[in-house]
Amino acid sequence: MSRLRSGPTMTWGRRDFLKSAAAGCGSAAALALSACATPSGGTSGKVVVVGGGYGGATAAKYIRMWSNGGIDVTLVEPAPEFISCPMSNLVLGGSKDMAFLTVSYDNLTRRHGVKVIRDMAIAVDTDKRTVKLSGGGDLSYDRLILSPGIEFMWDKVPALNNADAQSKVLHAWKAGAQTLALRRQLEAMPDGGVYVLSIPVAPYRCPPGPYERACQVAWYFKRAKPRSKVLVLDGNGDVTSKGPLFKKAWADEFKGIVEYRANHVLTDVDVASRTAKFEVNDDVKADVLNVLPPQRASAIARSAGVVTANDRWCDVDFQTFESVKVRNIHVLGDAIQVAMGMPKSGHMANQHAKVCAAAVVALLAGQPPNPTPVLNNTCYSMITDKDSVHVCSVHQWDKDKKTVVPVAGAGGVSTAMSELEGSYAFAWARNIWADTLA
Amino acid sequence: MRMLHIGLAVLTMLAVATAAAQTTDPNLARNLAATCANCHGTQGVSQGGIESLAGMAKATMISKLQEFKTGARPASIMHQLSKGYTDEQLALIAGWFSEQKAPK
Repeated sequence: MSRLRSGPTMTWGRRDFLKSAAAGCGSAAALALSACATPSGGTSGKVVVVGGGYGGATAAKYIRMWSNGGIDVTLVEPAPEFISCPMSNLVLGGSKDMAFLTVSYDNLTRRHGVKVIRDMAIAVDTDKRTVKLSGGGDLSYDRLILSPGIEFMWDKVPALNNADAQSKVLHAWKAGAQTLALRRQLEAMPDGGVYVLSIPVAPYRCPPGPYERACQVAWYFKRAKPRSKVLVLDGNGDVTSKGPLFKKAWADEFKGIVEYRANHVLTDVDVASRTAKFEVNDDVKADVLNVLPPQRASAIARSAGVVTANDRWCDVDFQTFESVKVRNIHVLGDAIQVAMGMPKSGHMANQHAKVCAAAVVALLAGQPPNPTPVLNNTCYSMITDKDSVHVCSVHQWDKDKKTVVPVAGAGGVSTAMSELEGSYAFAWARNIWADTLA
Repeated sequence: MRMLHIGLAVLTMLAVATAAAQTTDPNLARNLAATCANCHGTQGVSQGGIESLAGMAKATMISKLQEFKTGARPASIMHQLSKGYTDEQLALIAGWFSEQKAPK
């Protein structure tokens, strides 16, 4: 390792390198820089990953894979199984069930040796480098990866700031029990009813997701309740993703079912009458009211002190996904303050995780991280049970801006919805679920 | 003999120092290829419905990717994604997948 120090120039500051290599191994002896190397020449160290979604599970798997099993990885996740948010709108449409979205965590352990702990991380001690678990006990780490997802800012919808109200006016924006409960509400709604979907001002998880949801509910109504309506009340000035494609679907495929209204910033609801209230617009009464509240990085990010942007999101260094504020803590997925043009998507979280995994493996081996990370995004939205549209982008490191930027002239959207893209959407799901969890 | 060993050691150190100076990641090809895995499967072994890339001849993959880039090969999405990577990056990706074991 001392050879590296003799290198005349390194993009990544030598001081940073020494500091993080030392911190990574957690002892004075680590200053020798080789302390993380095992006798066989592999890499060792302890990594704790909080959150078993697209970001966290991928990071756990790839760190094990790329360290040849040398780095000890513990994944902390309260849910017994992974339930995918992408594709979950199909459950609302009725063409898929919850089992379709559900993937076991078993392969992470069996194939990759990840220790999966079913618990909730509730606090981080950044000095001692430990994570406190809800069920008791602490986990120590050399590097901590937080992929905690989002939590809802209930104070922005005061009437929903209690569990009873939240069981009646649903978000279904974290796939699971709420997804099924919203499906039940749609099934119970009489024909001729109005389903109202309130969308928060961006940024929020999955930019095209609400518009896909409008399509899926409309697809259900068209077949089962043809006199019913889907009313989309968007806090934004226009559809935030794939706008022309969704608007075409609403005008053609779902003509007379979907109505879209922009600039509807929700301020509160009346739970009993299922009424949505807005900053400037008139109240709207629904038969099924579905509110996506404003969002921010989940509470554990706050405890770790890594929330830096607008009191909501976590700024990271995109070469490593290490927090810009707290050393040895990396943040992935929807919780980060995204770079320009980077959506909060499951695909993107998986890509964050791979950049982070490569960096963590390098850093724990006392090597500099990859100075030129590349990420891409591919996001399919299901219009019907079979037809889909996509948006995609590629993001390259810009050494002057010191961040990742979308490549001009690359990426784009579908020309039209198609069954071919629908088949690719399902293949994407099978592949990313395996890439993340198997 | 002893002098020769020292000489070799110095040469090795110089080579390593030069490599570090170039600041290229020794795992660059692997890391770039991993960006394809979401759709094409971990290490290029697909779960089906999208082509596996593991074990594909490097020249074949480079020519396919270049055809996507120019628009010569029809695509739903790869004409858009391939344009986001430099030719050098695509060559590294193709090289890495060609060295992976093809699925049975």
